[in-house]
Amino acid sequence: MTKSELIEALAKHQPHLAQKDVEIAVKCIIEQMNQALSSGERIEIRGFGSFSLHLRPPRMGRNPKTGESVALSKKYVPHFKPGKELRDRVDASREKCKIVD
Amino acid sequence: MALTKADFAERLFDELGLNKREAKDMVEMFFEEIKGSLEHGEQVKISGFGKFELRDKSSRPGRNPKTGEEIPITARRVVTFRSGQKLKARVEAYAGAE
Repeated sequence: MTKSELIEALAKHQPHLAQKDVEIAVKCIIEQMNQALSSGERIEIRGFGSFSLHLRPPRMGRNPKTGESVALSKKYVPHFKPGKELRDRVDASREKCKIVD
Repeated sequence: MALTKADFAERLFDELGLNKREAKDMVEMFFEEIKGSLEHGEQVKISGFGKFELRDKSSRPGRNPKTGEEIPITARRVVTFRSGQKLKARVEAYAGAE
């Protein structure tokens, strides 16, 4: 499923809203998640999961081309922990369907 | 303080003029659609955010960390999230709260 397919599916569920409005709503939700994470705020969605930041400490890296050492500073990366309901529902589908894109 | 479904709905109400009911339903359905898709084995790619991927794991030996007792971890299907380039770059720019 892609973002546009998600928008279509939501528009079907809310037939009284114009597809354009659904599209704006979806973009608004996504932008809010991006904003929260990029300011270090957690996201917690009951039954779905939580998003937080994980710290990657500073380390010495290497330029793979030249073999030269480079100092890499600490950084944060987004992390998602699926909630119990999502975990259970996904696991229950293991024997029923194959994984597709 | 964490961002919750109520915060998303509030923003849809404030900025888009959806009524409270519509805003709440929209947020609820947004996450439900993603769950439903994953539940049908379909991975979800949200451009500008990231991709929810599925992985089948085979069973492996595990251990109760408290008692040291060996218990097998059963085969399972799990969800993983890979953030997109845009989100990664924005988060990397976050210096941390000090």
